[in-house]
Amino acid sequence: MTVHEQVRARRADLARVEAAAKVTGAAGYSMDNSPGGLLHAVLVGAPVARGKIVGIDTAAALADDHVVRVLTRADMPVFGEVQPFQAAAVHLPMQTGEIRFEGEPVAIVLATTIEAAEHARSLVDVLVEARPAVLPGAGAHHLIDDVGQGSGGVTWWPYGQPFRRGDAASAWDSAAVRVSGTYVQPSRHHNAMETSGTLAEWEGNRLTLHDSTQGGHILAPVLADAFHIAAEDVHVIAPFTGGGFGSKGWVWPHQILAAAAAKIAGVPVKLHLRRHDQYTASGFQPRMVQRVELGADSEGRLTMLRHRVSSITGLLETYLEGATEAKALYDCPVIETRQEIERVSIGSPTPLRGTLEGCGLWALESAMNELAREAGIDPLDLRLRNYAETDPISGRPWSSKRLRDAYQEGAKLFGWRERDTGGRRDGPWLIGSGMATSMHSAMRMTGGARVRVRRDGSALVETNITDIGTGLQTVLTLVAAEELDLPVDEVTVAWGDNSLPVTGPIYGSATLHTGSAVALACQDLRRRLPRFAAHLSIVEAIREAGLDEVVGEGVFGLPDKMPVDHDGGVSGYAMRTFGAVFVEVAVDPDLGIVQLRRMVGSYSAGRIMNHRTARSQMIGGLTWAWGKATMEHSELDPLSGRWLSKNLSGVHVPTNADIPADITVHFVDEVDRHASPIGAKGIGELGVIGIDAAVAEAVFDAVGVRIRELPITPQRILV
Amino acid sequence: MKEFAYSRARTAAEASALAGRSGTCLIAGGTELLNWMRLGIVAPDQVVDIGAIPGQAGIRLEGDTLLIGALADLNRIAGHPLVEAHAPLLGQACRSAASPQVRNRATLGGNILQRTRCPYFRAEEPLPWGCNKRRPGSGCSAHRGRNGEHAILGWTGSCVATHPSDPLVALTCLGAEVELVSPNALRRAPVGTLHVTQREARHAGEDSARYENTLRDDEMIVGFRIPAQSVTGTSYIKVRERRSYAYALVSAAAALRVEGGAVRSLGLVLGSVAQRPWRLRGAEAALIGQPISKDTVHAAVEEDLREAKSLPDNEHKIRLARNAAVRAVLTAATS
Amino acid sequence: MDVAARGEQTAVGVRLTINGLDYFARVDARTTLLDWLREGAKLTGTKKGCNEGACGTCTVLVDGRRMNSCLILLAQCEGAEITTVEGLADSAGALHPVQEAFIEHDAFQCGYCTPGQLLSAVACIAEGHTGSADEVREWMSGNLCRCGAYPQITDAVLDVAERWAP
Repeated sequence: MTVHEQVRARRADLARVEAAAKVTGAAGYSMDNSPGGLLHAVLVGAPVARGKIVGIDTAAALADDHVVRVLTRADMPVFGEVQPFQAAAVHLPMQTGEIRFEGEPVAIVLATTIEAAEHARSLVDVLVEARPAVLPGAGAHHLIDDVGQGSGGVTWWPYGQPFRRGDAASAWDSAAVRVSGTYVQPSRHHNAMETSGTLAEWEGNRLTLHDSTQGGHILAPVLADAFHIAAEDVHVIAPFTGGGFGSKGWVWPHQILAAAAAKIAGVPVKLHLRRHDQYTASGFQPRMVQRVELGADSEGRLTMLRHRVSSITGLLETYLEGATEAKALYDCPVIETRQEIERVSIGSPTPLRGTLEGCGLWALESAMNELAREAGIDPLDLRLRNYAETDPISGRPWSSKRLRDAYQEGAKLFGWRERDTGGRRDGPWLIGSGMATSMHSAMRMTGGARVRVRRDGSALVETNITDIGTGLQTVLTLVAAEELDLPVDEVTVAWGDNSLPVTGPIYGSATLHTGSAVALACQDLRRRLPRFAAHLSIVEAIREAGLDEVVGEGVFGLPDKMPVDHDGGVSGYAMRTFGAVFVEVAVDPDLGIVQLRRMVGSYSAGRIMNHRTARSQMIGGLTWAWGKATMEHSELDPLSGRWLSKNLSGVHVPTNADIPADITVHFVDEVDRHASPIGAKGIGELGVIGIDAAVAEAVFDAVGVRIRELPITPQRILV
Repeated sequence: MKEFAYSRARTAAEASALAGRSGTCLIAGGTELLNWMRLGIVAPDQVVDIGAIPGQAGIRLEGDTLLIGALADLNRIAGHPLVEAHAPLLGQACRSAASPQVRNRATLGGNILQRTRCPYFRAEEPLPWGCNKRRPGSGCSAHRGRNGEHAILGWTGSCVATHPSDPLVALTCLGAEVELVSPNALRRAPVGTLHVTQREARHAGEDSARYENTLRDDEMIVGFRIPAQSVTGTSYIKVRERRSYAYALVSAAAALRVEGGAVRSLGLVLGSVAQRPWRLRGAEAALIGQPISKDTVHAAVEEDLREAKSLPDNEHKIRLARNAAVRAVLTAATS
Repeated sequence: MDVAARGEQTAVGVRLTINGLDYFARVDARTTLLDWLREGAKLTGTKKGCNEGACGTCTVLVDGRRMNSCLILLAQCEGAEITTVEGLADSAGALHPVQEAFIEHDAFQCGYCTPGQLLSAVACIAEGHTGSADEVREWMSGNLCRCGAYPQITDAVLDVAERWAP
């Protein structure tokens, strides 16, 4: 077997290179570190959702001799300004006496033991002058205008601007078939199994952080901004992160507070957020109300699409969930979309797995399923009839799109055309099926890597990624082996430390940006070999030239030098990923229970670098999607504006029992050379998307109940 | 969690004597108590470990009575051949509780003394809102706020909490007795009357939010006596938001004896609808002598649930309770 | 009461074995098995997820039975034999069959819940709750995996159970 054949064979099925560390407990997560002399920190949260701090009585907390200090605003340095798209919240806590949301950090307990620190937290008496919280429904609404700016908002966020083509009102009036609906999805938290944690240690003006993050590259700049130091003086060590799903994508205040506490105390400080704290410390997906109106001709061809979205955000912090990105799915002459934010007394929302189109398609694909019923057309045929051959917004060609094949291959795998419709009975269960489309923007960011090949035939890939379980190091291993024509066992990856080459975050698609950077570094390395060695293997060339090693550097950058583009940027192409999802559910109409029977996800998402880890990632996405569809919701107490449950007993995510084995993940054979040098795009979000609408349709198919508000719980089925 | 002194009791009598002292809590498995202490629901100075008291975890048959020690854990009960033979309903209810790990640790005695899952009650100190169970007179935030999972029976304006135990519903359905030891006495009580609703507490002249059961401070549960019944079928139905590892939205237990096509005896109890298991006595009586059909059972249960009164968010729970009870009887009839 | 006297009353001495090694600890009685394993014994393979028994991340074996180490006081572990993820591989470093099966079936992603899943899987197989995929799913539901590796976890457990079957 040649190396190429070996790489190809193992690409289908290369086990994770970090697998042994993860099954033996050797994988080091940030909170596994305990330098001598450290203090444990616990945050004290604001007791009300809005008001002013009058005083903080720390006497009771300090009575325990294990409690070393209780830091308040008076102890805090004045933080420098931090930047959006790096910092999730730019209004840092403990800088003013204002309380903007319940749970906002107002003090930090430092103690020699976890037990003492946690108990002392409850004894810190925060005296406040409370003001009435601004609750959802009562907040000020701000339309996002043409520069993407709501009132007090931000200009850098590329989503949510109004879009208008044609006259939606008259198209609606003249449509042969019309559906309209209001679709609601609740606020949800990420609930990664590992809560966030930061271990901070100072040596003079040099800061070292062990952190739980998806953004090892942005910690240094943000911490440098906050502490008025050089980014080079911030050393970040973050090899393993126990899940993030967006909650660790940007830098949150606790990371800055941990560093501040360590600086003040003069010893290492370990701040491992309690599960309770996580609900107010690192964002959530905001509650969204979406109004969709669809008009079509009698054949089901869309004549108009109107999509209006309102989502909540903080009183000061602005996060807009770009749900109207869903408008790029169908060929439709008349499109009108707009978004608004509602400012309430709550911490900042943030991206959560299945963002953007993941939110918008809950509404649009639900409406499409309703349109299919209204027009008497099979939902799959309705989609094929409205297939967008080019980007319906910009008219640009797609960088790659094989959604038609994904629909057809998925339908075949599911047996869509042969399905029973209309609630076949099986004991107490009524069976129903539904389908929907998945789509997500191909988010691209810059990536960087260095590759070394040594004369002993081994190769080392160096890049500052963090492992969050996507299988990234394994993909990088395969990319390097293929590019260098080396056996995969000769390739190792060094990661998780910001002294390594800077690369993009672990969301959007790290495979796209860092995988491409590795490929480019390998190509650079080849160029650095002596000219005479062109006919030799890399290792032969190194030996022939009497070198110890050859080093290549690679940077994947965007054409216009932008740090990020989400839809092809200035490439001339529209870039998205696509999929078709099919589900079969069983509904017990008497008890309101819905169970998943089987699922097929069929995707057109560029080149799949390692089918083994890609399949796992998609199954994980589908599991998330089932959670979104049927159980996940974080409720606010309507009186206090506090999250009702800040724990995993009161907030549900799927268990093993919820997810049957009959899940089929299928990838259409595809390479997207326009999106990245390696032909890949991101898949992490894609698997989460569309299932919600497909499940709602399947429930309707089973029992005739149309549910437009998530999650689909017994309460909503038992109408 | 406040600091406490830890000690181990050697006998039940010693433990019950200590239990009566203020500031003292008993710990068996600890799966509830540790969370209460973390949240500040209790803050004992002294924790007495009863987990190693000998002879309290046994499961045995004495004549027609199945005896289960208070320290028996839920998985041992669920997997025990005597339980399988004489009280499979209890085994089913135990298996549906919590997770395998929790069930390995949680004792039956502790399980029935767990407290409500009301999120307002389960908030940590300093308490961010009113809760009459936590702070007398501070008001019931659930009554004014979100109450989708709260009581439909027996509640008052001062508390709308439910009791979440699965095994307790089965024990009540089976007519079990609980054995209580105090320094000077041993008494037995029907397990279904150990807990009280808020309305019953108020009628008894007690604080309707805080008086949850008739256990005296110096009493300790030592065991359960379950009469071996001649039933033809039993069933435990648990409705929850996900398939496993979740508390019931509503549960229903039925123990049925059918002879010659007609009901001879029936136990029918709802869980998570009130602060104690809710026995549907009216439906039980109405169905005696009747043939089992969906319509007759439905009518009997519906009639019995006329007294149910919903809160703003939980009107669906009345229908869910009715349907779960009907399903429990019908399933027991075919099991 | 002065601090020293209070500390005396609220401290507790515990003897136990972990992964076959004897330990003696004198700790604040509030200390959970989980926090002591991580901060005291420096066995950080056991992870903290929710600290209330609602996720299973901190699962260890106590006298051979799986339990949430966040719901156990170290004081309650007098004389107990604890097995953590660090004790699964043999002394020569050869992986336990369950560890191998998790790798083979790609039964984890971020790896944070994995130590708990592994110990739960070892117990699930020993308990004999592997009669069907449905049974495994139910009896592995005490361990949440937010990455969503459930089908692969179920496959790994069934695979080992089959290979171990007499």
